[in-house]
Amino acid sequence: MKPHRRKKLGIILFITLGLSAAVGLTLYALQQNINMFFTPTQVAEGEVPDGQHFRIGGMVKDGSIAREEDSLSVSFVTTDFVSEVPIHYVGILPDLFREGQGIVAEGRVDPDGVFQASKVLAKHDENYMSPEVKAALDAAGTGAQGVMPSEGYKPSY
Amino acid sequence: MSRSFAFLPVAAFVLLALVMWRGLYLDSKELPSMLIDKPMPAFDLMTVDGNSVTNDSLPSEPFLLNVWGSYCLPCLVEHPTFMRLSESGEIPIVGVNYRDQKALALNWLEENGNPYVFSILDEPGRFGIDLGVYGAPETYLVDSEGVIRYRHVSVLDETVWREVFEPAIAELRAEEAK
Amino acid sequence: MLPELGHFALILALCLCVLLGTFPLYGAASGNVRFMGLARPLVAGVFVFIGLAYVLLTYSFAVDDFSVTYIQQHSNSLLPFRYKLTAVWGGHEGSFLLWTFMLAGWMLAVAVFSRSMPLEFVARVLGVLGLLSVGYLLFMLATSNPFDRIVPLPPADGADLNSALQDFGFIVHPPTLYMGYVGFSVVFAFAMAALLSGRLDAAWARWCRPWANVAWAILTIGIALGSWWAYYELGWGGWWAWDPVENPPLITWLFGTALIHSLAVTEKRGIFKSWTVMLAILAFAGSLLGTFITRSGLLTSVHAFATDPERGVFILAILTLSVGGALLLFALRAPLLRGRFGFGILSREMLLLVNNLILVVSAASVFLGTLFPMVYQALTDDLISIGPPYFNAIFVPLMALLALVLGVGPISRWKKTSGRYLSTQLLWVGVISLGLGIALPLMITLEFGFGPTITIVLALWILLSAVRDIKNKVANKKTLSAGLASLPLSYYGMQLAHLGVATMIVGAALTSVYSTEKSVLLSPGERMNLGGYAFEFVGAKPITGPNFRGMEATLEVYRGEEFLRELHPERRLYLASGTPSTEMAIDAGFWRDLFVTLGEEKGAAAWSMTIYVKPFVRWVWLGAIFMCLGGVVAAGDKRYRRALEKHAVKKQAAAPADSVESVEVAAR
Repeated sequence: MKPHRRKKLGIILFITLGLSAAVGLTLYALQQNINMFFTPTQVAEGEVPDGQHFRIGGMVKDGSIAREEDSLSVSFVTTDFVSEVPIHYVGILPDLFREGQGIVAEGRVDPDGVFQASKVLAKHDENYMSPEVKAALDAAGTGAQGVMPSEGYKPSY
Repeated sequence: MSRSFAFLPVAAFVLLALVMWRGLYLDSKELPSMLIDKPMPAFDLMTVDGNSVTNDSLPSEPFLLNVWGSYCLPCLVEHPTFMRLSESGEIPIVGVNYRDQKALALNWLEENGNPYVFSILDEPGRFGIDLGVYGAPETYLVDSEGVIRYRHVSVLDETVWREVFEPAIAELRAEEAK
Repeated sequence: MLPELGHFALILALCLCVLLGTFPLYGAASGNVRFMGLARPLVAGVFVFIGLAYVLLTYSFAVDDFSVTYIQQHSNSLLPFRYKLTAVWGGHEGSFLLWTFMLAGWMLAVAVFSRSMPLEFVARVLGVLGLLSVGYLLFMLATSNPFDRIVPLPPADGADLNSALQDFGFIVHPPTLYMGYVGFSVVFAFAMAALLSGRLDAAWARWCRPWANVAWAILTIGIALGSWWAYYELGWGGWWAWDPVENPPLITWLFGTALIHSLAVTEKRGIFKSWTVMLAILAFAGSLLGTFITRSGLLTSVHAFATDPERGVFILAILTLSVGGALLLFALRAPLLRGRFGFGILSREMLLLVNNLILVVSAASVFLGTLFPMVYQALTDDLISIGPPYFNAIFVPLMALLALVLGVGPISRWKKTSGRYLSTQLLWVGVISLGLGIALPLMITLEFGFGPTITIVLALWILLSAVRDIKNKVANKKTLSAGLASLPLSYYGMQLAHLGVATMIVGAALTSVYSTEKSVLLSPGERMNLGGYAFEFVGAKPITGPNFRGMEATLEVYRGEEFLRELHPERRLYLASGTPSTEMAIDAGFWRDLFVTLGEEKGAAAWSMTIYVKPFVRWVWLGAIFMCLGGVVAAGDKRYRRALEKHAVKKQAAAPADSVESVEVAAR
């Protein structure tokens, strides 16, 4: 083999090896970081393996929000109108979090069947209006009740 | 570089384009869509004009169920469409006045016109919760048996009417005519 | 009437683009000089009409014409004037008009600043861009006309601009990002013109480089502005969140970065030709993919309900026709573009190849992570999401590797560099970087951290090898200043951009490692300590703005016992849309940022809030500024201008003949 050829072969070999390593590592990292998504019904029917980290999506059930006065801890119930799953979260809830609002929470179910959320996201659609908003508007002079910092998705424009 | 090798990117891209095309029609199931092909929840409520209504009061032909509120600005955007539909008699429209106040609702209908056969007064929002409403506006297509066939979230303007509802209603009517 | 005029202007622009996409290309293929000559005037016309449409839409926003659907949905009579003017790009239709307008602007720039390139080449570039504009304008007119009216009853007021967008970041970020994005269409058109004509040589690379550099620089700053905005807008995941909306610009940027390096090799050594063309196609594909993802609802974002497959199909068609067509053309023509393969295992070419591989692999892995949930759902019907850990696990080591190569690249030589030369050059650089890298974090934080150590080592490695290289370059000159003056601008541009990389690495890594945050409930008079600072909550009071109302809290910040400043986080409620919004209070600094976000009122005057201390976060954007400046400085190198002048002379000499041959001579 000519030295020029050998050099070329060497470089191609080097590239192929590097690329295969990159592909392998990427796929491994991908597999390690998949978050499944389940509905409350799937959770209630036991489709979620024990201790798995996943996302749950549903509506915040009316009248289910319970906040502790002296801490940042909040409990509420999420529902898909068939099954319900209680959720517990410590932290500041998103701007748009309220009863009847669609939310997505990330975390895992504890032994008592409560979903311990590490993150709560509220869906946002600017074409939506709810009466709380109107009420909040009327009460805005005294500080808008129900206004919370957002932790949601980025808007697209 | 051999010729066949050069076509590899094209092949990969075609594959990717196909996947993305398929992806466009995937349903984002992150929020539950509950009552499709299920009967409307049972109710025994008042209308905004003070009449008592139950499931039996619903039209016995396909109709639209529109969730609205006087606080809802987007509802004003879709309102002209509903006015036109009710004037031409194309399809009956039943309103659900969701988490509103009776006086404000009546005032709103007075000001903007009333396209509804009747509007169910749902001040506490219970009926809306049974329906699985996220907020106003939302519109459902219900068949003559009272089964919900389609749900549209957010504004129903002329484009949505033309492209989504008109075909869906035509199909539903054809199905019921059999 | 004005919106109808705008609509009409778009239709006219479409007609002109159809002409632009046919005659000049046909002229270039058949050697018809008159047809080629049509390209420049047509571009001017396209620019005028799209510009007119853009101005008319802006004007309709300014005068609150709520009979226009798009304006009704994205403005309100109470909206502050600066947002009325910028709400034009607050939604899909208008932002696409801005996108198209940007492309027209780039086209005009090419038409004006290409006096020295052969007419045939300019005709091809503008023709390809014209075809692209046909696709965009058709898409706009068919599915997303911003001038549609609400008939028959126009509403009294608008639904307001999304409150999350009412911010300075919204004024600057989208236009800059689009400008950068669209700039890669120009580079793409250059590549297509090269494939069409079969002319792909050092001269081509020299014409192409300034455009690629400027597009890259603008995209860099566009992404950085987005990052800066997301950082202070609560809930957007901080300065980088691997959100599906922010990944496509990064993919484009990574391909673009590979491209500007590969172009250097093509210009200097006449090799990597087909690879360069491929990168130009990929960067362009990345920019279209970004549009596709945000506008089709392909990936779940805010507007999860408002998915409109029809729009998606249309953009996918544009994507398929342009990128698919380009790849096909590439497959047919690229094998003809063979370059000589003449460089050693250890050479600048090889190092740049490694640089390209790392960048392309990074881009591919970001792409994979972004689209994987969709592919997974298409195959299994299960919903999944890919979190930041995936992206970090892939991206961080790759960037570390890139930084390592970066230290060696500039100092190595073309064709062949001896290992001994490199080791004598870089031995001390390596030793000092390693020593200081271990010592500095240890001295300041008093504990050893693997991440910070690697970070400082790599940043110093880049910095010191650059210093070493500059020292070599000026060594034979009489004085330091004479030596520095003799170095070309493109060299300074490169070193500046590389300094930016070092700065950004420091910022990104150290802020990730050393940032702290705490959510607390504070009553007036209470204090909390975090990261060496004390935060005392004074109280909260109601406030009123032009189109919002809200609450404002006051906090006093102390370092030790020394009073630093007051911070005023707010919670707002936007009146027209009723959407709540949180305005955080930031104390920005070179070494660290302090910021506070207000939560909700609990019990008697006690408020929940989150307090953050983020060291080095400003360095991320400082690095981007250096990179952007580097790109612009390099594009201003007199080499590109001189090349242009020389060509201009040649063309003038050939001009009297004014025949097909003269154009062909210039083309060769």
